[in-house]
Amino acid sequence: MNEQALLELRNVSKEYRVGALLLKRTIRAVNNVTFKIPREAYAIALIGESGSGKTTIAKMILGLLKPTSGEILYRGRNISEWIRKNKLEYYREVQPIFQDPYSVYNPVYRIDRILKVTAKKFKLAKTKEEMRSLITKALEDVGLRPEDVLGRYPHQLSGGERQRIMLARILMLKPRLIVADEPVSMIDVSLRASFLEKLREFKEKMGISCLYISHDLHSASYLADTIIVLYRGCIVEEGPMEKVLSEPLHPYTQQLLSSIPIPDPKQRWKEQVNLATLEAVSALGRGCPFYVRCPHAMERCSQEAPQLKELEDGRKVSCFLYY
Amino acid sequence: MPEREDRVPMSSLLHVEELKVYYKSVWGDYKAVDGVTFDVFEKEIFSIAGESGCGKSTLAEGILRLVKPPGFIAGGQVIFNNVDLLKLSEEELRKIRWTKLAYIPQGSMNSLNPVLKIKEQMVDAIVDHCPEMEQEEAEELAYSMLSEVGLPVDVAEMYPHQLSGGMKQRVIIATALALKPQLVVADEPTTALDVVVQRGILQLIKMLKEKYDMTVIFISHDMAAHAQIADRIAIMYAGKIVEIGSIEKVFEEPLHPYTRGLIDSIPTIGRRNIKGIPGVAPSPLNWPTGCRFHPRCIFATEACSKIEPPLEELENGRYVACHLYR
Repeated sequence: MNEQALLELRNVSKEYRVGALLLKRTIRAVNNVTFKIPREAYAIALIGESGSGKTTIAKMILGLLKPTSGEILYRGRNISEWIRKNKLEYYREVQPIFQDPYSVYNPVYRIDRILKVTAKKFKLAKTKEEMRSLITKALEDVGLRPEDVLGRYPHQLSGGERQRIMLARILMLKPRLIVADEPVSMIDVSLRASFLEKLREFKEKMGISCLYISHDLHSASYLADTIIVLYRGCIVEEGPMEKVLSEPLHPYTQQLLSSIPIPDPKQRWKEQVNLATLEAVSALGRGCPFYVRCPHAMERCSQEAPQLKELEDGRKVSCFLYY
Repeated sequence: MPEREDRVPMSSLLHVEELKVYYKSVWGDYKAVDGVTFDVFEKEIFSIAGESGCGKSTLAEGILRLVKPPGFIAGGQVIFNNVDLLKLSEEELRKIRWTKLAYIPQGSMNSLNPVLKIKEQMVDAIVDHCPEMEQEEAEELAYSMLSEVGLPVDVAEMYPHQLSGGMKQRVIIATALALKPQLVVADEPTTALDVVVQRGILQLIKMLKEKYDMTVIFISHDMAAHAQIADRIAIMYAGKIVEIGSIEKVFEEPLHPYTRGLIDSIPTIGRRNIKGIPGVAPSPLNWPTGCRFHPRCIFATEACSKIEPPLEELENGRYVACHLYR
């Protein structure tokens, strides 16, 4: 039972201070989040809209931000300790893929350099020939022709190609965990499929786990074993992918699922979404964060916040409807 | 159920003929829109779909004659209400814009002036395009438009930073529709919004279109959004329209291999075998010869790389540019 999880977040919170002097206030971007990626070859999708805290969670896992409270363990060790003592080893094992394939590249260097620096820094190759064959193989494995991309500058490549070079880089490193923050949102639909296919292949053939962060349940369903739904920094629902999609429990997950446009003109939305309640924000500061938008809101919901509760079938939901 | 094509013949509000919009560069002309012909009928939602770089935003700017240098209109006609917009003087065009022809550009919700109240911005826009209107009248109009899009009146006294993305987008829609235009061109009006808000905005556009008897050109890369609100759809690839048809028909039986690929690559819950389209989009500096899709097409033959297939009407209202159907 007590097997060591690959990655574990324990009661992680992150607060930001905004404003100055009298107008100073704190915003809780991430609120008491606990979850784990149990093992290798496992994918968790973290789903949420803008402002749900999903990118903050990614940054904390990558050590780019420190949690205000709680701890993040990677293979049983706190990640701040990892980064202090074995920084290189940690980043060898935990690799990011960012949203914007344009901004991660330094425009004055050729593509070769990005891959060579990676190889050098992580000591992946002993000789020049070894490095060359490593790079060539990685590029070929992600469906790029080395002669097409090597020697070129980032701006000469398309978004999809740039994102695939990130995949080639990952392939060279063979990490245990990929933290992918909205990796497909900036690439064209026709190229998304092959990108997601690669991530799945990494998982299934090489055992690389993935934390897939997105607002898009559709693309997440392609890859994820477990889905975690975030709303305003809190986990509102967690469960196996098929279950969450076929039978969402939390009213927010239900709303999210019914709002995704179905690519079929014969299955159009029927009822109108009420935009007025959508953007209302609870002024109370207590109670369930979803209270003002919730069609099932009860008196109790305005007074106290429900905790994430494990149901009999192992699914988790934070909603008084299931208490 | 009657097919859409069988309904009473609709009259064309906008006719675009061989429109070409190029961008000058030191390497030559970027042929972003390279000879595009279509009709938009009265009171319909006409969708334009395609991936980034296919020229759909440039097409919108071309129709509205808002192309800025180094871009220029290299040829064609844009007939709106029997008048060629490309032949009008700036002054004549100005009278039509906003009153008859409104534009919701991509990312416009981020173009609100941060230091002006919402009301002031709306009134400015209204008075600017309709000088005969009194200040008070314009103010009243602004208030009524805000309630039309479901915003509370106190939004009028707020500044843009106090509003969420979805609220700002509704302010933009309220402003664009204030003078009850005949035709609205909306370019990616819901990108960067959360799914639930996106749904609300799309439904709002459809609802207001019915209410005001407007015609809408809806531009988006999102095929699923088109499926939800469009009447007819045009698919663009590499500066050309490759297929036009009613939304039901195009989804039911896509003709062009690119349309097929586009529909097949939409990730859908429960479908684990989404397919992409091999290869990458070509450069507008140097479109492929023949059919522009041939390097990525699984059906490509010798002829496809040599002869460019024209957009032809296959049956009533269905147009396709592909040698497979010739």
